[in-house]
Amino acid sequence: MSGFPWLSAIIFTPWAGALLLAWLRRLGPAVSRWLALAFSLSTLGLGLAALAAFHPAEPGYQLVERQQWMPALHVEYHLGLDGMSLLLVLLTGLVAPAALLASWRQERTPWLYGLLFLVLQGSALGVFLALNFFPWFIFWELSLVPAYFLIRIWGGSGAARAAYQFVIYTLGGSAFLLAGFAAIYAVTSTLDFPALAAGGGLAARLGHPWATVAFLGVFLGLAVKVPLFPFHTWLPPAYAEAPTGVSMFLTGVMSKMGVYGFFRILWPLFPASLHAAAGTLAWLALGGAVAGALAALVQEDLKRLLAYSSLSHVSFCLLALFAVAGAGPAGAAVSVAAALNGAVLQMFNHGVTAAALFACVGMLEARGGGRRGLHDFGGLRATAPVFAGLCGIALFASLGLPGLNGFISEFLILRGVFGLAPGFAAGACLALLLTAVFLLNFYQRVFHGPAGAGAGHGPDLSGRERLTLAPALLVMFLVGLVPQLALGLINPLVTAWAAGGPRP
Amino acid sequence: MNLLPWTIYLTLGGALLALAAGARSAAAARWLALATALAGWGVTLLAAARFAPGPGLQTLVDVAWIPELGVRYHLAADGISLTLVVLTGLAATAGVLFSWNITERTGEYFALYLLLIAGVYGVFLSADALLLFAFYELAIAPKYFLIAIWGSTRREYGAMKLVLYSFAGSALVLAGLLWAHAASGAGFDLADLAAGPYTVGEQVGMFALVFLGFAVLAGLFPFHTWAPTGHVAAPTAASMLLAGVVMKLGAYGCLRVALPLFPAGLAFWQPVIAWLAVAGIIYAGVIALVQDDFKFVIGYSSVSHMGFVLLGLAAANAGAVGGAVLQMFSHGVIAGLLFAVVGRMVYDRTHTRRLRDLRALPLHRLLPFAAVTFVLAGLASMGLPGFSGFPAELLILVGAWRTSPVWALAAAAGVVLAAAFTLRAMQLAFFGRAGRLTDAVTSGAARPAVAPYQPITWPERAGALLLLGATLLLGLRPDLLLNWITPSLQSPLFQAVLKGGAP
Repeated sequence: MSGFPWLSAIIFTPWAGALLLAWLRRLGPAVSRWLALAFSLSTLGLGLAALAAFHPAEPGYQLVERQQWMPALHVEYHLGLDGMSLLLVLLTGLVAPAALLASWRQERTPWLYGLLFLVLQGSALGVFLALNFFPWFIFWELSLVPAYFLIRIWGGSGAARAAYQFVIYTLGGSAFLLAGFAAIYAVTSTLDFPALAAGGGLAARLGHPWATVAFLGVFLGLAVKVPLFPFHTWLPPAYAEAPTGVSMFLTGVMSKMGVYGFFRILWPLFPASLHAAAGTLAWLALGGAVAGALAALVQEDLKRLLAYSSLSHVSFCLLALFAVAGAGPAGAAVSVAAALNGAVLQMFNHGVTAAALFACVGMLEARGGGRRGLHDFGGLRATAPVFAGLCGIALFASLGLPGLNGFISEFLILRGVFGLAPGFAAGACLALLLTAVFLLNFYQRVFHGPAGAGAGHGPDLSGRERLTLAPALLVMFLVGLVPQLALGLINPLVTAWAAGGPRP
Repeated sequence: MNLLPWTIYLTLGGALLALAAGARSAAAARWLALATALAGWGVTLLAAARFAPGPGLQTLVDVAWIPELGVRYHLAADGISLTLVVLTGLAATAGVLFSWNITERTGEYFALYLLLIAGVYGVFLSADALLLFAFYELAIAPKYFLIAIWGSTRREYGAMKLVLYSFAGSALVLAGLLWAHAASGAGFDLADLAAGPYTVGEQVGMFALVFLGFAVLAGLFPFHTWAPTGHVAAPTAASMLLAGVVMKLGAYGCLRVALPLFPAGLAFWQPVIAWLAVAGIIYAGVIALVQDDFKFVIGYSSVSHMGFVLLGLAAANAGAVGGAVLQMFSHGVIAGLLFAVVGRMVYDRTHTRRLRDLRALPLHRLLPFAAVTFVLAGLASMGLPGFSGFPAELLILVGAWRTSPVWALAAAAGVVLAAAFTLRAMQLAFFGRAGRLTDAVTSGAARPAVAPYQPITWPERAGALLLLGATLLLGLRPDLLLNWITPSLQSPLFQAVLKGGAP
């Protein structure tokens, strides 16, 4: 069992599927679709297998794979799994097949769509599992390529601009990230995350001004990807113009790559710099949470509404991190553990919920003949009761109704932040309130009230559409009712962080 | 190793044969040229397989040439030369493949082409400064004819400008070498010249002459203006060679001659060179961002990427110089690929290079192979990890940081610019019309209706795959080359260089 390279299998099976799709592309769209789905599901299967082999009580890396790659550059092929990465692998396994199902009707070159999608999926998984900067950065940058083409080719009318903006912003951030790591490598001659984090981070090793410069570089690269307010301007057009399945993956998985980077790289490598900057950064995170919610309040386009709502929700994860980092060793252990538990769980929850909501908007679009305005629909509950019910569950999960997953993580974050920085928790509550307003407004306008222009076209959900939403909804209930399932994976890890400082 | 001089002789012989064969049959000339290029490349690979990495030049031939002046016919190689001759073989082979459609005076074309290659091989293998200079001049002359006869867009202007810049550069080099010869009283062998002794003031002056002379050909800002016009005017294969190999001659000259001979000069000029290199990276990147001519975009991108090479040399430590050599190889392959797509695959079919016009064509549908090649080459050019540009630029940035973090930060901005102009060109040229990739790649039935262009031919495919394979291989296994380069830098000649010129 221990000899099998589980983690490489998780990353490379989707890529193998992509090759196979290119090879078998002549067999027609149906074969392409099923192949893509099967290989996309492999992540869930292999992720569950890894879960079975995983010992949750141990906070360190498990299933580690490590070998020399480029001795001249001290680059190793180093993969490892802990509770946080495992949760994100499982999230990818849930979201990716659902995203393919949501774009099942994609008529234009399904094989190429599937191919790019599988490449994207493999890259994201690589980001969650790599423990050496070099392979990590390959996966990080490589994910942009399929994302660019998926948005560019299958997106809406403004897709060209949105895709360009998305890639340039992210590459711009990555250049700073790269420069930061070039600086780190110049001093330490290693690119291994655990080795870099050893001994309390890099501040002492880099020296005074350059530790801050390297910190800023890495910070910028990650902040653009998340995105952290005010680096978010690429996000609404990209999410809105992307085809449904891609929007689901972008918000569900790719936005987590940035947050994951904050936890895995920035915090362990620069605990002192992050501690110093946390006050300012917490304001940015709070700003994102509130401004995102405010912006969502006035959106007419449902996809843009969800995009801003995503911004708001993801900012919660970072708010928790910055509160913890800002409090430093002085923070009460209980609050720290709560905030971190909440933040990691929120990554998972937001991924599941936001993907489900984007899927719902995709289904609305299919019924409304491409329209997706807030006022284009109405009264759908009468003609499509199942749709109304399922979408309602996802909406309520997103606004944090107890019994569903969002409540657990947001509660934990608020609980932790209250103990560490009460003012920020109060501000975050405002964001939650606003979220409730615009999500309820969404539900009200679309499913209740008089029929709009897009209604009447709407048959109820097909079997495929139900299947798209079902796993996500199941997970929402599971995590909402038995949070231990997920927290059991995270808690030992964050307890170790709370006790001994962050570890990569 | 001792095979390596045969690259020069074989290529010269091939040039003569191609000239003779061209008088009768264009096809014969083509195949002869391909066979010659392949043979040269084969020799370099064979030599590489037998190469034992180590410090210092390993002498291949050493006989007296002009005893009165102490000039020797001294060929030698180390890991750095080996890297570059392998690149030359690869670029020459790909260049012949992309010249397959030359019908006008085919024999002469390939003869000049091979003559140029022979000169390039010679430069990379010379261990005598005057011999190196002779080969260097040998490589310049054919360029003029290649551009002036077979070129496009203001070819006479482009050719003349290129040659004037090159000769001005060589005049500086020659002046510097003669000064050094007079001051040292020794022969022209690089090792002898390096022994000196020169005063610091002399070194500063000699370094300025020699480095500047070579750096002109490497596209040092603000002496780079020959490069874009020359690249644009040249026929495709010549652009590939110019950007891919000839610009490396300049950088190689800087590394092999100027740096080790006059380390005190390096110490004096180091910040100036670094800032000029950074200025070139940024300036050329910005200019590339607003070009309307597709080939000019690539031309300026070459200047920008060569700025990284010069920055690596200026940073003067083991990592940065190693990165610079790797970048020479990487850029040689990537620039060749980009010029091949733009000049051969696109321009020879559409007869326009204006992005404004190309935008109106759904090129990704008409020429899917060209589109995919350009996308991959563009990613490599942007420095995406997984392609050869990434480890090279990373090493240079790391090395630059070790010398002066400000340089590294400024150069990192160039990475963003590279992404921006490459994406812009890619978007305008290939995905101008809202993308319906569908018909292009899936249904063969739809193709005849939309494909007024001759399909991509086998030599183009072979050449593109060769170059793509090389950039991917080195992106994933850069240590293949670094294992040759790094030990070479242990040579005593480089020790002062790697300390930033400090004695």
